[in-house]
Amino acid sequence: MELVMAITTGLLFAVAVYLILSRSVLRIILGTSLLTHGVHLLIMNMAGLKRGSAPLISEDTMSYTDPLPQALILTSIVINFGVTAFFLVLAYRANQTLGTDDLEKLRGGDENE
Amino acid sequence: MSLLHVAVFIPFLFSAGLLVSRKFLESMHRGWLALPVPILLFVFFLWHIPQVQETPIIHAASWIPSLGITITFNLDGLSLLFALLISGIGLLVVLYSIYYLDEEKKDQQRFYAYLLLFMGAMLGVVLSDNLLVLYAFWEITSIASFLLIAYWYERERSQYGALKSMLITVFGGLAMFAGFILLYVMTGTFSIREIISQVDNITGHSLILPALILVLLGAFTKSAQFPFHIWLPDAMEAPTPVSAYLHSATMVKAGLYLVARCSPIFAMQAQWFWIVSIGGLITLIYGSMKAVRQTDLKALLAYSTISQLGLIMCLLGLGSAAGLQTSTATSLFFAQATTAGLFHLFNHAVFKGALFMVVGIVDHETGTRDLRKLGGLIRIMPVTFTIASIGAFSMAGLPPFGGFLSKEMFFTSVLNIRELNMWSLESWGILIPVLAWIASVFTFMYSIILLVRTFGGKYDKERYHNKPHEASIGLLVSPTVLASLALAIGLFPALPATWLIEPAMTSVHPHLLTPGEHFHIHIRMWHGWTTEVWMTAALIAIGALLVILYKKRGWVLSGSGEKARFTLNRLYDKTLEGSEYASEKLTSLYMNGSIRQYLIYIFMFFVIALSTTMLALPVFTLDFSDHAPIDGYELAAIVALGLAALAVPLSQNRIASILLTGAVGYMVTLLFVLFRAPDLALTQLIVETVSVVLFLLCFKHLPKLKKENVKISFKMTNALIAAAVGIVVTFIALGVSSGHDIKSISDYFIKESYHLAGGKNMVNVILVDFRGFDTMLEVVVLGIASLGIYALVKLRVEDRGDQTSKLDTNRLAGFVGKRPFNSNDVILMTAARIIIFIIVLFSINLFFAGHNAPGGGFIGGLLTAAAIILFAIAFGMDAVKRVLPVNYRTMTGIGLLIAVLTGAGSFLFKAPFLSHSFGHFQLPILGETELATAVIFDLGVYLSVIGVTLTIILSVGRER
Repeated sequence: MELVMAITTGLLFAVAVYLILSRSVLRIILGTSLLTHGVHLLIMNMAGLKRGSAPLISEDTMSYTDPLPQALILTSIVINFGVTAFFLVLAYRANQTLGTDDLEKLRGGDENE
Repeated sequence: MSLLHVAVFIPFLFSAGLLVSRKFLESMHRGWLALPVPILLFVFFLWHIPQVQETPIIHAASWIPSLGITITFNLDGLSLLFALLISGIGLLVVLYSIYYLDEEKKDQQRFYAYLLLFMGAMLGVVLSDNLLVLYAFWEITSIASFLLIAYWYERERSQYGALKSMLITVFGGLAMFAGFILLYVMTGTFSIREIISQVDNITGHSLILPALILVLLGAFTKSAQFPFHIWLPDAMEAPTPVSAYLHSATMVKAGLYLVARCSPIFAMQAQWFWIVSIGGLITLIYGSMKAVRQTDLKALLAYSTISQLGLIMCLLGLGSAAGLQTSTATSLFFAQATTAGLFHLFNHAVFKGALFMVVGIVDHETGTRDLRKLGGLIRIMPVTFTIASIGAFSMAGLPPFGGFLSKEMFFTSVLNIRELNMWSLESWGILIPVLAWIASVFTFMYSIILLVRTFGGKYDKERYHNKPHEASIGLLVSPTVLASLALAIGLFPALPATWLIEPAMTSVHPHLLTPGEHFHIHIRMWHGWTTEVWMTAALIAIGALLVILYKKRGWVLSGSGEKARFTLNRLYDKTLEGSEYASEKLTSLYMNGSIRQYLIYIFMFFVIALSTTMLALPVFTLDFSDHAPIDGYELAAIVALGLAALAVPLSQNRIASILLTGAVGYMVTLLFVLFRAPDLALTQLIVETVSVVLFLLCFKHLPKLKKENVKISFKMTNALIAAAVGIVVTFIALGVSSGHDIKSISDYFIKESYHLAGGKNMVNVILVDFRGFDTMLEVVVLGIASLGIYALVKLRVEDRGDQTSKLDTNRLAGFVGKRPFNSNDVILMTAARIIIFIIVLFSINLFFAGHNAPGGGFIGGLLTAAAIILFAIAFGMDAVKRVLPVNYRTMTGIGLLIAVLTGAGSFLFKAPFLSHSFGHFQLPILGETELATAVIFDLGVYLSVIGVTLTIILSVGRER
């Protein structure tokens, strides 16, 4: 299971990096979303998968999966939502104002040197 | 803290005070506000003269105790001499400047703030015993000098001069700093006194020569010694009072101070003697020869200052020969040169200060400083002329002025050095007095030229713009005081000798005295018919002759045009230009503005650093034994996830890409379920839904995905980097999941979450209790993001010009009139009425259950927001505003406030921030209920998340 998950994580990272390196802003944003998923799976993988029951205390079990990565990921999911939303709005405002979504063309002018 | 510390910090206080005095006393000249500072300081230091003659005054105040740095101020003879110059000349200069800058109304406070900043820093330099503190003050003087040279900052010459002085002196300062550190390495202390007491240990040290050279670099750049002198003539762009104060009387003497102060440390080194003496001698001759050729009065004085600084430097070098001697008698013999140096330093400050002020008066009253235009002012400005003659005669070394005495002593010293029984000086050592004499002839010449060309000759009023007249009394007071002083020193040399020079000598040559002993210095006008007298007579005769010849030729020297030749200034300019060009080229080589390029650097670095680390270190093991088994559901989900992810870059359609990304998200949700993470699954599910809505809302504003017509190499590069990153990450994932040598800290959370926090849902307990602070700041980040989005959507940049707005209108023309979220789907509208309430109720349930079962503030908040979003989709964005007239930004704020206040509430119980408490209570109807303060904190999170999500969605959704 861990091996399959490792490969899946790698695949997600690869696709995400490929999208981030492209020119279109929309693709880049989708890339960052995929990257986040990859990171989440990586963190899950770190703690080991499917060891014990869900981290809810009950009398039936003594063994739980690691709750810490879950707390970290939960934080990350919500933050990611905020950042993606910001990024999206920034992208479409830039597109409206500057008339392009090609990052290779958005290199900054001479005035901000 | 002591009075001495107060004395150094008073100028800084006044400096800061002056800057904020804008409103206060509008009509008053700011100089009057600055004047009390030097008066107080001058009286303070005068008052200490008798005490310092007996023993130095030392006060320490701890500054950075962990590094052993104390601000120790040591007022000994040498410091006192400088402190008196700084405060005394400072007093006269401030007084003078009040009349000089009478027309500079608006920027006066800036001028005096800088001047006082300099005064405090310079006092700090000469009083500090700690080398690091000295260095700090040293650099502040450079900065103050920079600011003052650039006082008229709109002039290009001022900018150039200021930058030049800054670059050169700061370069030297850094070298000096390195030298100080080497001294620390050798001795283990930054205290000058302690270093001097260990001087025997460091004399043979291998680092002493580098330290010596580095410290001298600092001294030579600051004191404008050849070849670093080039900044001083350009510094003359400063207002003349500044030139008189910083660039002749005080700051440029900081280098001399450093040499004198460090003499006890380095004088045992022959290199010290050579570098200081020869460097000074070259500067002396070079400066005097250049001064003769100048046509601008201030430039003439600048080169004369360089030359005179060289003279003093040379004398300090010759005096250090005392350190090379073994017997006290011969040491004392050579130490006379130091006496001469210190005495001349004092004289120079006096006469050069007077001369600069005279030049300022001439400039102020006639509007020009050009020697070719000036002339005949003797009748119009008789008082100024008298002051100028005293200054010039003292500079030329004519009796009965102070300059004459120090010049005689200078001759004695250069003659004496032949008797140093080293390096066969007795044979070729005659060169030194000969060169010194030649330099003195030039010194005589430029002193006389200054006087004759300005005041002599015929008066021709055609040549002046303004009608020249004698200066006002206010301008004349300061130079008159200095001129009188120059005369008084000449007539009564014993006074400064006893009170100032003798204690200063004790500081420079502490090894020559047994404790309690004093130097005895006798300076006399007449010693009989000695060689020195003949040298003076000859130089007057030859100098006068040369001046007459020079005048006959119309004051022009052949070859005075300096075109197309190698000059130090040209070297400086080219170096500066070259390094600017080269660094710009180098920077633009890799910083080309393309974010993709930067990302490639980051990814490449990531790949290389991590792969080499994994290969090189034995941390990476592959161990599959511990791995969990895999079943069919999981495999199906993973395959679906992989396919969806791979399809995203291949898709040429916006909606398809967005939906495919959403599919990946839902598959991840499924995996969370399978991995027994119910909270994560719930969160991811809702976030994914809201995200897709958001993407679709933004969708209409984004352009279509064009088929990227890019080179195949572009795609190949991307694919290659992406593959490399993917492989590295795969191996990292494998590495971290194999072999768990490090024990997880989670056991603590698992064990304690019920005991300590009263919650059964560990994830929620970690979020709101154990790591509550993280959560709070996370919500802050979300709040900032939502406000950013709100601002981006609502605020338009209006000053973009017509062109963009036209483009904007064209681009958006297609959308005008369409209301994209007025759904006419009857089924949706009907179903939504019921479903929304169910969702809201469920979300409230999730929120309250959160502490013990899956759920909590985040999930509840997101779900409530999702319900409202569903409402918005079904009935339109504006309907939300009618039905729920809530300001969601305020809601975010209230949520944050609740979270913070809950955290702060624990202060009431003297517990750390965000300590929670819980208890079980017997309530009517509900039965036994658990109440925890963490729930209140979670309520804050809940409200903020609703606020943030709806701010984002509604801002975007209402956008036209």
